[in-house]
Amino acid sequence: MSDITSEMTSPLNIPEPEETLKHPMEQYLRTERLPHIWCASCGIGTVLTAYITALQKSKLDPKKVAVVSGIGCSGRAAGYLRLDSFHSTHGRAIPFATGLAVGNPELKVTVISGDGDLIAIGGNHIIHAARRNINMTIICINNFNYAMTGGQAGPTTPESANASTAPYGAYEYPFNLPFLAESSGAIFVARWTALHIRRMAKSMTKALLKPGFSFIEVIAPCSTLYARRNRLGSGLDLMKYYHDSAIIKHGIDTREVDIDFQDRIVVGEFVNKDKTHFLEKRDQFLSKKLGDKYVPYKGPNSTTSTMKEEE
Amino acid sequence: MKADSIGVATGAHYLDGDHACSEGSIAAGCRFLAGYPITPSTEVAERIAVRFPKVGGMFIQMEDELASMAAIIGATWSGVKAMTVTSGPGFSLMMENLGLAAMLETPCVIVNVQRGGPSTGLPTLTGQGDMMQARWGSHGDYEIIAISPNSPQECFDLSIIAFNLAEKWRVPVLFMMDECVGHMTEKVIIPPAEEIEITPRNYYKGENGSYMPFKFNQADLAPMIKAGDGHFLHITGLTHDERGYPIINAAAQEKNVTHLVNKIRNNVEEIQIIEEEQIEGAEVVVISYGITSRVALKAVDYAREKGIKVGTLRLVTVWPFPEKRIRELAKDVKALVVPEINLGQVVLEVERCAGGACKTILVPHAGGWVHDPKDILTAIEEGAS
Ligand SMILES: Cc1ncc(C[n+]2csc(CCOP(=O)(O)OP(=O)(O)O)c2C)c(N)n1
Ligand code: SF4
Ligand SMILES: [Mg+2]
Repeated sequence: MSDITSEMTSPLNIPEPEETLKHPMEQYLRTERLPHIWCASCGIGTVLTAYITALQKSKLDPKKVAVVSGIGCSGRAAGYLRLDSFHSTHGRAIPFATGLAVGNPELKVTVISGDGDLIAIGGNHIIHAARRNINMTIICINNFNYAMTGGQAGPTTPESANASTAPYGAYEYPFNLPFLAESSGAIFVARWTALHIRRMAKSMTKALLKPGFSFIEVIAPCSTLYARRNRLGSGLDLMKYYHDSAIIKHGIDTREVDIDFQDRIVVGEFVNKDKTHFLEKRDQFLSKKLGDKYVPYKGPNSTTSTMKEEE
Repeated sequence: MKADSIGVATGAHYLDGDHACSEGSIAAGCRFLAGYPITPSTEVAERIAVRFPKVGGMFIQMEDELASMAAIIGATWSGVKAMTVTSGPGFSLMMENLGLAAMLETPCVIVNVQRGGPSTGLPTLTGQGDMMQARWGSHGDYEIIAISPNSPQECFDLSIIAFNLAEKWRVPVLFMMDECVGHMTEKVIIPPAEEIEITPRNYYKGENGSYMPFKFNQADLAPMIKAGDGHFLHITGLTHDERGYPIINAAAQEKNVTHLVNKIRNNVEEIQIIEEEQIEGAEVVVISYGITSRVALKAVDYAREKGIKVGTLRLVTVWPFPEKRIRELAKDVKALVVPEINLGQVVLEVERCAGGACKTILVPHAGGWVHDPKDILTAIEEGAS
């Protein structure tokens, strides 16, 4: 340790504690990969914190939880989680996750990715995974733009908001994500902002424990690009905006939760229903149709050719 | 390891190449297929859709080929042997995630029953125009293995080899059929399970917490794990180190990418499957693959009747290219004749390897039908003169 750093770490000569305090979430983080790439006051970290809280609350065995991300700032989430975690390609997190979730039914799979990744380039996959009711939880971090590539407009950019590829303001109609998810077949749909840490974590816990396709949208600040370009102030200012503009309306008709530029944001748990998920439905259907001839799929244990030698 | 008898339809069958490929894949231990319908490959998926529920397999029809390719990578890491099946346009859509499979060193099999292209081209008619795309269709440098069967029997036998090579080299294997072979019906003998050799996945057997998903530029490859084993695997399509963690700089790129390429290039002779016939003393050798290798035989017969000494070399594996063998051959013959159902793809490699030591003569065909053997004969005669 150089003189300067020792001065910095113990300016008052306080003895170092025998054991360094551990971060309460350390078990779930790849601490060797820190610091992360996200900007100061970015909302993505908050979502990760809520997700880890939800994992802890859910009491799921972390060994059986897999996370998949696509590409983007949000898509870096998988890389920091100490779970089986996969950083796939832009837009393909959901089909990759479908392979994992269907491939091995013992896994609980979460997809954490951005609005551009999941809704633009990956839009076809989200509607079909929801339609099939694949057992997976989607956490869509909506920062109203393509942040990783420099703040371009995307499918959730509110009308009139400025983006690098909408230099005079966006004029396309944006998607209403909860409505899209519900109408595609999602059995659990919620929306929160990065301000609603506890509620967000609670919804995530519910989603993780609920078999089937669940979708949570989190409105999160991209302080560096979207906020700066639209002169919305600092990350803190955005939190104030969320505080002042978010209206909690559980169970509201998802057709009514559109987001206009800097207008009110309806949040809450909108959909929570039960429906047999893909694997269960397939199993029930085929065993009825094929009777004795049906051999249920058991993931890696389906054939000796893919089993481990010990098994 | 011997094949699991569940799934091996031992006996004599009358099958087309597509169906034989399905049976071979099941015998190889494949239990996951994600695909999207496209002529002339759909029959592979259709037979699997019938067979899988009776052998404990999972067939899922995806929304497109991008999804299909991504899903089989996820499925492979979930612990199963997985495949997808497509033709021309679908093959193009798979390219980005084929690159991901190469980058993540994910064993899997992609069947492409080739039809005429480009674009929608000839949906129901044959072609061999995807050979260069098979090699390098995704961006960046990587190597794959490509196999070209020429009969329904080989669609069965070589499907098993495809899955075995995928596991051995941790690489996507492209099963490059063509419409003719896919839709040709012939006798197929499926041997008893105990006579079928299967390469099991090389699973990591060490402690939790010390697993590394990659091993770069060493004699052996890193073993695999499956999600859910407690190793907390991380893998990324970004340039990465042996832990699987991203590193964005030139030095890491050098290690990562040279490994992807060299694990195949340095082992070409171990991987390659080629069939040679009457090469000894030949003036001309016909180099071909897939259905064209059968058409060429007719031309070779005609040439031999005319007293020309002709040999044949069949590329059962087209990629990696048997560079050393072609270099040797070129020194001993007057000409190498390359018929293919495209306007000149594999011939470029032959010509490069021949390096001017002998003539290289392409017999092109734009697709839609096989060559007239007489056109190949003309090239052989030209080569011998
Ligand atoms: C096929 C492909 N097209 C484009 C890109 C470039 N790209 C990387 S991230 C990204 C957008 C990400 O936006 P979003 O998913 O909203 O994530 P954010 O960065 O906003 O968190 C794009 C277009 C890519 N990586 N791959
Ligand atoms: S660019 Fe925006 S989204 Fe990306 S890390 Fe920075 S603040 Fe977050
Ligand atoms: Mg975004």
